[in-house]
Amino acid sequence: MSLADDLYRETILDHYHNPRNNGSIDNASATVEGVNPLCGDELTLYLNVSPAGLIEDVKLMAHGCSINTASGSMMSEAILGQSVERAEEIIESFKNMMLTKSDEVAFEDELEELEALRGVKKYPVRIKCALLPWNTLLEGIQTAKSTKKE
Amino acid sequence: MSNLDVEKIRQDFPILDRVIDGKRLVYLDNAATSHKPVQVIKSISNYYEQYNSNVHRGIHTMSEEATTAYEGVRETVANFIGAKETCEVIFTRNTTEAINLVAYSWGRQNVLPGDEIVLSPMEHHSNLVPWQQLAQEREAKLVFLELTEDGQINMESAKQLIGSKTRLVAVTQMSNVLGTITPVTELARLAHQHNAIILVDGAQGVPHLKTSVAELECDFYVFSLHKMLGPTGVGILWGKKEILNAMPPFMFGGDMISSVHRDKSRWNELPWKFEAGTPNIADVIASGVAIEYLQNLGMDNVRAHEVEITAYALKRLGEIKGITIYGPKDANLRGGVVAFNVEGIHPHDLGQILSDSGVAIRAGHHCCQPLMKDLKVMGTARASFYIYNTLEEVDLLMAALKEADKVMGHVACR
Repeated sequence: MSLADDLYRETILDHYHNPRNNGSIDNASATVEGVNPLCGDELTLYLNVSPAGLIEDVKLMAHGCSINTASGSMMSEAILGQSVERAEEIIESFKNMMLTKSDEVAFEDELEELEALRGVKKYPVRIKCALLPWNTLLEGIQTAKSTKKE
Repeated sequence: MSNLDVEKIRQDFPILDRVIDGKRLVYLDNAATSHKPVQVIKSISNYYEQYNSNVHRGIHTMSEEATTAYEGVRETVANFIGAKETCEVIFTRNTTEAINLVAYSWGRQNVLPGDEIVLSPMEHHSNLVPWQQLAQEREAKLVFLELTEDGQINMESAKQLIGSKTRLVAVTQMSNVLGTITPVTELARLAHQHNAIILVDGAQGVPHLKTSVAELECDFYVFSLHKMLGPTGVGILWGKKEILNAMPPFMFGGDMISSVHRDKSRWNELPWKFEAGTPNIADVIASGVAIEYLQNLGMDNVRAHEVEITAYALKRLGEIKGITIYGPKDANLRGGVVAFNVEGIHPHDLGQILSDSGVAIRAGHHCCQPLMKDLKVMGTARASFYIYNTLEEVDLLMAALKEADKVMGHVACR
């Protein structure tokens, strides 16, 4: 059964049924909404960035499919406590993994879990579901940066 | 029992033999687009192989043949929808373009600040967004009818909402989500009482229900051929002659003129006034073949078949734990569209896993985001039936749904 293997792996279902960092942050340094126009899925991302540029807290309120929810949950774990610069690197690696044909391993060690989402590539219409949280995060980081400058 | 010989019908649809991942295709996405019988497909290649030429101008044999075939479809359409005159039938690209034509041409001439445009809450984006734009531009107001608990138009409140400020009522004949069949004639009478006009979106209606614009008492009727066995790229705008005659052209250029000078032009008469440029000749001709195919089956038989299969689907789907089915519960009050959600499984995931079983359904907002908000869901799964679907395919849908629940970790039964 290809689906059970590729798309609905145990890791993904685990994050879907128990999404990490689920919730909201009052007075977050950035609050951004993401929408997938294809299916209407919505996502609100809350970000707290310290003056030194560390991601101190991240929360997600997602109303989406398993891929969208799991991707957001895994993303939150990957970037929590990282510097903004490191988070941007991770976002780039993830988007590369999803958007290029290459099968090179993008993540090792503590980020290895993200590899579980590689199977989504076989289902082109679902790539948008996986990318929604990441694109929303990118926007959140831009917002946090510009607020800091003011 | 329906009078359709479904097995014989299926032989006319080559695509139904397709195998998806080693499984037989079960196509339940007919509200999005229907498949095309071999007669329609052959008509397209026959046109390009035998008499491809431009219409309305050439004097040579092939151009005359193409013009006769193209204009002949106007008559077929007029006959199929009970229109009095063929000049009231205008070819567009699709339903959306037909609605835009009315919104631009009629709307910008007739809708004034303070006027009201009345819509149902279950309109497809194509029968909502053009009116939103018009309302913003003309400082008019959109008013929404109310639905009853089971998704039918609340006629009591409609009598309050349609009034002296109403300029236009624009409603679907059948909802592409709830399956609800709208009481169009009653709404048309209400609109006319207040000197308003009514546009009916027949995209989901005319492929499935015997339709007469005279009986509906509407002023505009719009639909797409690709949802009724025809090719993509052909839509119909039907309008009452006196209204169409008073409307300015929507697009300008060749074919829509009667004479052109350096500084001014005169418009062609109906229907060509609204058909600028070379039309979609091959697909219009093939659309005529699609309509004749439906006429041969008989629309009453088509409807009876769909009621039977919808009733069965409603019954079988109702057996699933944690399922919500939207719209009227009685198959006689609705079309062959069944939208549903299974608790704990996002419709996108459902659609994906069903696809792996060879079952094609639609998942998402169905271009009805405001209705999704009313239903308090992000989206739904939707199975929609047509003349070639069988009760056995409903059983295959059920088996695929059980498989989906298994893949997702038996969430529905928790």
